[in-house]
Order: sequence, then C-alpha cells, then structure tokens
Amino acid sequence: MTVYRTNILVCGGTGCVSSASLDVYNKFKKLITSAGYDKEVKIIKTGCFGFCEQGPIVKIEPDNVFYVKVNKKDAEEIVNEHIIKGRIVKRLLYKEPNSKRIIEKHQNMPFYKKQFRIALRNCGLINPEDIYEYIAVGGYEALGRVITKMNRDEIVDIIKKSGLRGRGGGGFPTGIKWEITKNNHSDKKYIICNADEGDPGAFMDRSILEGDPHNVLEAMAIGGYTIGADKGLIYIRAEYPLAIERLDIAIKQARELGLLGNNILGTDFNFDIEIKLGAGAFVCGEETALINSAEGKRGEPNYKPPYPAQEGLWGKPTCVNNVETFANIPAIILNGYEWFSSIGTEKSKGTKVFALAGKINNVGLVEVPMGTTFREIIYDIGGGIQGNRKFKAVQTGGPSGGVITEENLDTPIDYDSLSSIGSMMGSGGMIVMDDTTCMVDVAKFYLEFTQDESCGRCTPCRIGTKRMFEILTKITDGKGTKEDLKNLEQLSYMIKDGSLCGLGQTAPNPVLSTMKFFKDEYLQHVVNKVCPTGRCKGLAKYKIDPEKCVGCTACAKVCPVECISGKLKETHVIDQNRCIKCGACFEACRFNAVIKPK
Amino acid sequence: MTRPVEISVPKAAGELPNEKFVELEKYIDNLDTTKGALIRILHKAQQIFGYLPMEVQLFIARKLNIPGSEVFGVVSFYSYFSTQPSGKHTISVCMGTACFVRGSDRIHEKLKEELGIGSNQTTDDGLFTIKDVRCIGACGLAPVIMVDDKVYGRVTEEDLPEILNTYRQKTIDS
Ligand SMILES: Cc1cc2nc3c(=O)[nH]c(=O)nc-3n(C[C@H](O)[C@H](O)[C@H](O)COP(=O)(O)O)c2cc1C
Ligand code: FES
Repeated sequence: MTVYRTNILVCGGTGCVSSASLDVYNKFKKLITSAGYDKEVKIIKTGCFGFCEQGPIVKIEPDNVFYVKVNKKDAEEIVNEHIIKGRIVKRLLYKEPNSKRIIEKHQNMPFYKKQFRIALRNCGLINPEDIYEYIAVGGYEALGRVITKMNRDEIVDIIKKSGLRGRGGGGFPTGIKWEITKNNHSDKKYIICNADEGDPGAFMDRSILEGDPHNVLEAMAIGGYTIGADKGLIYIRAEYPLAIERLDIAIKQARELGLLGNNILGTDFNFDIEIKLGAGAFVCGEETALINSAEGKRGEPNYKPPYPAQEGLWGKPTCVNNVETFANIPAIILNGYEWFSSIGTEKSKGTKVFALAGKINNVGLVEVPMGTTFREIIYDIGGGIQGNRKFKAVQTGGPSGGVITEENLDTPIDYDSLSSIGSMMGSGGMIVMDDTTCMVDVAKFYLEFTQDESCGRCTPCRIGTKRMFEILTKITDGKGTKEDLKNLEQLSYMIKDGSLCGLGQTAPNPVLSTMKFFKDEYLQHVVNKVCPTGRCKGLAKYKIDPEKCVGCTACAKVCPVECISGKLKETHVIDQNRCIKCGACFEACRFNAVIKPK
Repeated sequence: MTRPVEISVPKAAGELPNEKFVELEKYIDNLDTTKGALIRILHKAQQIFGYLPMEVQLFIARKLNIPGSEVFGVVSFYSYFSTQPSGKHTISVCMGTACFVRGSDRIHEKLKEELGIGSNQTTDDGLFTIKDVRCIGACGLAPVIMVDDKVYGRVTEEDLPEILNTYRQKTIDS
C-alpha cells in the first residue's frame, strides 16, 4: 500500500460543490500529477465539513491546516507554497469576522469548538465513495459484533438504555420502536430509512448520506437483524442527486464485500437494501404516507393505528427511522450505551445535528450535545448575526414549529424544553432572523408552503390552510382587520383538531407562535397599517419630507391617481388611502423630498 | 352552483418518437417486478420523454394493466412530475426558508418580470422555464438559483439579466 505524506481533503458536499469545489478538486489533481507528487500526496473528496458559508473548504492533513473559500487559482498557490515549500498560505485561512483573528486549525475555531460529533463523525474525514476508508475508521465492526456475538434482545436493550430518541421530529424512543417491531411476528418484515427531509432549509440528512453513506447502511443492517427484517428501503427525495449517487455506490461496494446480501459475514443473516425515490411531496416524510408512496401510490397518510410496526409496507411489520437516528447506532454499539447516555440532558441523550441558516454569520451544519443553549449555537458557533444586526427570532421545527425569541435564548435545547416554549425539536432546521425580517411575512411563507403541500385528504387542512394563507396575504397587503386576527386563531385550532396527520396538526404552529410572541407586529399591520420592517410592499408608504419639499408641484402632476395635494410653493402631501405605490412621484421629484419605502 | 373544473390531461405537443416508447417498454420488461414500481417507471419515462403527456401515461397504464386514472392520480400528486414540456433551460429558484429569509422572493419576482412568465411556465421562444424548488442544500449561499445543474449563489436582482444573457448567448453561438 502506498503511504502518502500529505492528504489534501476537498469538500464534496452539496454546499461546496455549488461553490465549485469540484473544479478545485480537479485542479489539485492536475497540479499534483504534473508536479510529480502523485505518489506522495493524495487528494480526497470528502463529505460536508459543515462550514458551508466559507466553502469551498480544503484541509491539509497531517498538518491540520484549514483553508476556506478556495478557488482554482488558490489551489495553485496552496500546491506551490504549502505542499512544495511547506509554507502556510495565510491569506486563505479563516478569519473571525468580529475579532479579525486568523485561525489555522479547525479545532480552534469557535464554529467547531463547542461541537461534538457522533452522527457526523466521519463527514469531512473520509472519502464517502470508498468503503475501505469507512472500514479503516472502524466501519462495519458494529455489524460484525452484533450478528456474530449478540442476540436480538441484547441489542434492543442497549438501544433502549442508550436513551436514543428519533431524530426525524417525533422523538419516539428508538429502542422501543425496534422492540415492538421485533415482537410482531410475521414471515416478512421491513426496515425503512426516511431520507425525505422535507423541511425546506434543512440539510442534515442529505449531508450525512453524502458524507458517510456506509454508516447508515451499517445501521440499517443492524436494525434489520434486530427486528428480523431481511429487506431495507431508503426512501430519498429525487431532489438529492448527489446523495442518491453516493448511496448507490455504497450499496454496490457493500454487496461486493459481502456486507449486504446473503449470509453476511458467514452467518445465516441475509439483508439487502433498495433505494426508492420520492417525487416531490412534503407529506411523504410522514411515515404512513411514505409507505404508500414506496408502494408506488399517491402519498396520502393513513389513520394510525395500525402503526407501521404492526402493518406497514405491503401490510407487514415495518420499522421507519430517520437518517440521523440510524447514524447514531453503530457508535452506540461500539462505545456502549453508558457512553451515549452520558451525553446530553436527563430525557434527551446524545447530540443533535442542526442546519444553521438565515441571517447568521456561519451558515452550516452543526452537531451539539443536547442541552446546548440557543445562545451558544447562535453567538459562539454561529458567530452572531450577519452585519452585526439585532437578533429577532429563531425558528426550529420548520413549517411545523415555532419561533424562539430573545427571552428564551438560554433555553437548553432538548425535546421537552422546546415543546414547553411552544416550538419543537423538529428534524433540525434552525433559521435565524434579524430585525429586518417581518414575522407576519414569515408566517405567511410557512402557510404558503403548507397549503401547497397539504395532500388534500382532510378538509380542514386542505381548505383551512388556504384560508389562513389568504388572510395573511390580506394582512401583508395592508387590508387586514382585527377580526382577521381572531379568525386566524380560530381556524388554527380547527385545523389542528380536524386533521389526520402531523402536517395539518402542526401547520398552524408558525402562525400561533408568531401571534403569541409578536402580537404587536400583527397589530401594527392591521391597526396602524404599517410594516415595521418595511418588508410588506402592500404596506409601504411613500412620504414627502416637509423640510425638503419646495412645492414645485412636479409630483402632483405625474401622480396617475391624483392623490397628491398642495399649493404651489407649499408642502405637498400624499393621500395614503388612494396611493397605489407606483413610485412616479419619487422619480419626478428633483429635490429628494419624496421618501421611498425601504 | 359551482361546477367541478374539467380535468384534462395535456396531450403531447407533437409526434412522440417510437424509439422512446420502445426504450420505456424495455425498461419496464426488465424490472424484477412491477409491484410498487409505478413511481420508478414514471421517473424513467420523464427522463426519456422530458415530460409525461397523456399518451405516455396511457401507455404505462396499459402496459401495467392498471386504470389510466391511477397513473394520472400519481402523476398529479407529485410535483416532480410534469405534464408540460419544459424549455431548453430550467431555472429553479430556491424558495426554501433560508433563501426566503435572505430575500429570495424578490429574486423570484424580478425573474418573472424579466422573462414575462410565471412559475412552471415557459417563455415563448422555448428557452426558459421557471420552477420553484425547496432548498437545494446550498443554504450557505442563499439566495440561490439553479440554471439546469449550475448553482448561482448570493444572487442579487441586478445579477439576473447577466445570467440570462449568458444562456441566450450560448443558444445564439450554437
Ligand atoms: C408532515 C410530516 C413530515 C415529516 N417529514 C419527515 C422527514 O422529512 N424526515 C423524517 O425522518 N421524518 C419525518 N416525519 C416523521 C416521520 O413520520 C417519522 O416519525 C420518522 O421518520 C420516524 O423516525 P425516527 O423515530 O427515527 O425519528 C414527518 C412527519 C410528518 C407528520
Ligand atoms: S433554503 Fe435555499 S438552498 Fe436551502
């Protein structure tokens, strides 16, 4: 085997690929080969490092130097300076936005310091397209141990004692789910990995699948062995081409090495995995809808019970788990449940991955122990709000969740604390908003999403969400009344009570939560007809600055609806009730007296 | 009384080449089982034909021996399937939350204005189709648009004309 003196790790996650990291990767290949270093220096395409904002990321091992925002030209400098002459390229190191301090090693960056990686432990470390790299870091050892040395009850016991709860949103204890499915007798059972990741603005599951697909395959095989299934399905959205490709490669490699297929590792355990593509429907993330879709049907949810553990795919007992839930399993088996349950809070064990996005400095993927506070994530890891603006709110739980405000920033993040402040853990989307974000507009955004994604089966959800969206549009257009606010609230409770699945039951949450914490902002919209952030165009107001107006009448002449009044050489005024916001007066004024809304 | 809107499945825009049907038939015949495979087959069909007009849906229904309504039911349920052909270049505007918070709605408006079409519509010259997508996983670069497979990050309203012109120029050049 060749021993390389240096490894160049180039991020091949979707975020960095979008900022052209593959060009950088190819450039390195070319440069290293033409410099004759290809026997000494290896170039590896890895999964996501998490620090997407600063991409493309390049890391040099074993020197442990972390370069950010590397382009093709920079690759040349890195090869000439760092690889050939051993001199670090200072210009490409990470600079802390506030202190302007230059940081060379990633462990010292505030972004990584407070993180603790279990599910993401191999992302950015190994080449996801090479099974031997996974095996080199202890991969498939847990599977080997489980199928040769442990019986099914022992495994259930370990997972139960670890305290692992589902990471797909519900937080149901994984050990108990496995136990129930195991105990339901049947000639055929299935295990399904839910990789539908519907929350828009969340990309945890995709990064795990892109960066460490074997971890999930191994966990599914362990789960299959435990519950007595010989068939696994990965239901993944068609919008994730890179993850699908990497999974495909991983499954083929695992089959070649006999880690999937018949008589795995010489035992009588048979297990194989198939990929099923979704086709763009948020509701298919719900497990019963997912099962219908996996059967090739319309993805409408079913009434529960029967739960999938009783009657799932093709009517057989089926265990559905989320990608991140699976990603924790091999580590628990290898390190023991005591290790896992020592991390986190009393009722929420282990870590959680969050996709940190929005108006924050360090957008990216972060994995933190349960119990970390929002303040730590936003200010220490996330580096604070972009452009040093004022923090306003953070949304967790996506379209099913709610907002968290300044006063709750010190809440420890775990399943129960989040529910108690009116939001939810959700699958891990964390969207940060600053003082330029209008909360009514945000609520409207989420309702636009849910009314579009409602499968239409339950009337309150199908029609109710549409009506809520219309009312919110009315408010942001400046035509709302106090009555509308009451109706919104009433509709919310009706939809929650009258819907079959989690989509409808949680769809009104963003509205209820913003109405609770930002009541004033709603009132400003309906009573004073102003949008404090200036985001809502319908409420935008053109005004004339009396200090600057000389009374030239230019504006009044061009106004198409004749809503500007004033005598020659006197200050003019716009009649807000008739103004259509065309902006003609703004263009016409030569004295900068017309103030354009933001 | 409100009457239900008549549902019509759009027919193909022109003659569909026979080889494509042969290719699809071969794909279906080679499947281990057609049980539960309808969505998979539709993905393949859309890849072959570019869209799923009535003729293709009926072909699949007959081949699988299921009612055409069942095929249409599935096609219309999932937003990934399209019954209209799309333009030469598909512009996907990310309408995910991260992009929204960083102003993707303005980009969306501006793009529609620039091209004079709405979402899921194609320009008269057949060059561009606008699609809304939810989070393409490049939230760090928000707001994001994607032209075919190429991602443009941190897009501003001012960038749009230039991006569009690159593709217009490409067409002229070729
Ligand atoms: C509307 C809706 C959407 C959902 N979307 C997802 C999803 O995208 N990914 C996921 O893992 N779970 C999703 N769930 C939760 C699943 O129904 C299910 O609880 C989960 O996959 C179970 O896995 P876990 O126990 O490992 O979390 C969704 C639920 C609802 C009601
Ligand atoms: S929300 Fe647009 S890329 Fe994620």
